[in-house]
Formats: sequence, structure tokens, C-alpha cells
Amino acid sequence: MHELSIALSLIEAAGEEAEKHGATAVRAVYLRLGPLSGVEKEALLFSYGLASEDTPLRGSQLIIEDSPVMVMCTVCGGRRPIRSLQCFCCAECNTPAMDVVQGRELEVVGLEIDQ
Amino acid sequence: MSAEPRMVEVRRKVLKQNDILAGELRQRFHRAGVCVVSLVSSPGSGKTAFLEKTLSLMRPTHRVAALVGDLATENDADRLRRSQAPVRQIVTGTVCHLEAEMVRKALEGWNLEELDFLFIENVGNLVCPSSYDLGEELRLVLLSVTEGEDKPLKYPTIFNTADVAVITKIDLAAAVEFDWTAALANIQAVRPGMTVLQVSAKTGEGLDRWQRLLESRRTLSA
Repeated sequence: MHELSIALSLIEAAGEEAEKHGATAVRAVYLRLGPLSGVEKEALLFSYGLASEDTPLRGSQLIIEDSPVMVMCTVCGGRRPIRSLQCFCCAECNTPAMDVVQGRELEVVGLEIDQ
Repeated sequence: MSAEPRMVEVRRKVLKQNDILAGELRQRFHRAGVCVVSLVSSPGSGKTAFLEKTLSLMRPTHRVAALVGDLATENDADRLRRSQAPVRQIVTGTVCHLEAEMVRKALEGWNLEELDFLFIENVGNLVCPSSYDLGEELRLVLLSVTEGEDKPLKYPTIFNTADVAVITKIDLAAAVEFDWTAALANIQAVRPGMTVLQVSAKTGEGLDRWQRLLESRRTLSA
């Protein structure tokens, strides 16, 4: 379990971005999270509260936006979801898919701040 | 100061620092002409035995070295040093994975130009290492026949982010009634087209194919 160290990096990243925007307080951090990031959502939410104590982000809310796995299907010729994480094939035509174009995200995409 | 909170859009990768460092390492490796291979697996799947064999096998013809990550002890490095190759242990303490910065530090004082292959053995863990790029060229995920055929389905992320799967301890396959068909199908389900090697560090079976794969990589990166 490495979500606590991920949470610390997240708080540092969000704190820097908040400062750039002249925030006096951060109310919420919006994170885009893909299942292939290797980070467990529930564990991260739990760690966030602990990791943000004693930081300027204390009391802020972490809002996670799921970023599902998408592949480039060579047969359908477009971005498609996969059947499941246990079956990396195009959800529409069942072709095995090697080219993952979305699903590894672990990035801050927005902040709700006071200025 | 306004009373109403404001939404601002940002775009910032959480592991940006690690990604930048890994990118720098990858460039350094490339410039030095060293092929860097990382190994991930659960604890006890035979990474160290496989690496020990690999070092001994490659050393007569290539300049090889290894970094090995563990929570505690220098035991694995001691085992690998028997191959006479330069080896450094990275003791991570409580950290369950290697990060690019740990690799950078461990390489201090080494002349990469004097190496053909550098192997990086990650901490035994099938979850956390998938988040951290180490600048490697090839990531191997190992699975021993004693672990069960469904590991790829339980840990799809690490299999999907690796380049080559290595099934280890195949000398024990019959004894544990390893289901080859299921294992190979499960690997292909989570990573279609993945190269799969089948090896026994004990008997040496399958290591010739691994050696050829390494040599072809070396030709590509040189």
C-alpha cells in the first residue's frame, strides 16, 4: 500500500498549484484517477485526510473523477472502452487491444479555492 | 478576497517529479548505451534466483550490473555478488517500491558507459511498483508456477504495464499441477500480445531464449 506516499505527493502538487493561483485557502482538490495508475481510490481517500493535516490543505475535500481505461481498437478504428480489467479487448467488437490511450491518469485537474 | 470560492482548472501529474527524473535517467541510459531491465513480482517468486542466473550467464560476454531493492537486509545483493558482477542494494526502509530518485542515488559513482546491461530488481510487490517509472527500457513481471494461474487477473495493472512476463520455477510445474493453458490465456487477457518466457533458474531451462531476447535488445539500444 503506497497511497499515503501518493497522498503526500498529491498534497504537495495541489499546494503548489494553489499557490500559483494565489489561493488563500483550498476547499477541494479534483483528481483524475485511472485504474492503471496503480492507486486504490478508497485507500487514497482515506490517506488524504491524514496526509493533509498540518498542511495548508487541511480540511479540503478530495474529489476523485474516474478515468476509465480506453484503448485504440485496430478493427473499429477508434477509442473504445475495454470489456474489463481482466479482459483487455474492445468492448464493442471483442478484438484484443494493446494500445491503451487512457486509464493511467493520476493528475490534479482542478481546485476549488478562495482567493 | 471574494466570499465565493472559485474553481480553477489545472493540469498537474501527481508523480511529475518521478516522471521527470525517470525521463532524465532514460536519456542517460540511452546516451551511455546501457540496456536497463527492471524486474517486478510478488515476494518469493524467484526474482533473485533468476537474476543470479542471468548475471552469471551474461557476464562472460557482456558487462552487467544490478541494483536490488528490498525493505531490509543486504541478503539479495550478497547473493547476486556471487556472480562477480557489480551489485548495489537499495534498502527502502518502509517504502514498498523503488522510485526514480532511489535509482539515481544508487547509481552515483558508477560509470554507465562501462555497462551493457543494468538490471533493477524492485521490491517484491505486485501493486505499488506499477505507479513508478524508473527509466527502464524493459519491464519484466515474474510469476512462479507455485503462485497460481490467476495472478494476472488479480493484478492486471502490473501485467498490463510490463513488457515481458516470465513464468519461473517451471521445474515444479508438474508437481503443483500448473495449468499452462489457463496461465497463458490469463496473461494474454490482461496484456494481449505479451511476450512470455518460461524458465527454471534451477535447471537452466528456458534461459537460452531469455539470453537471445536480451542480446536482441542490446543490438537495438547500441
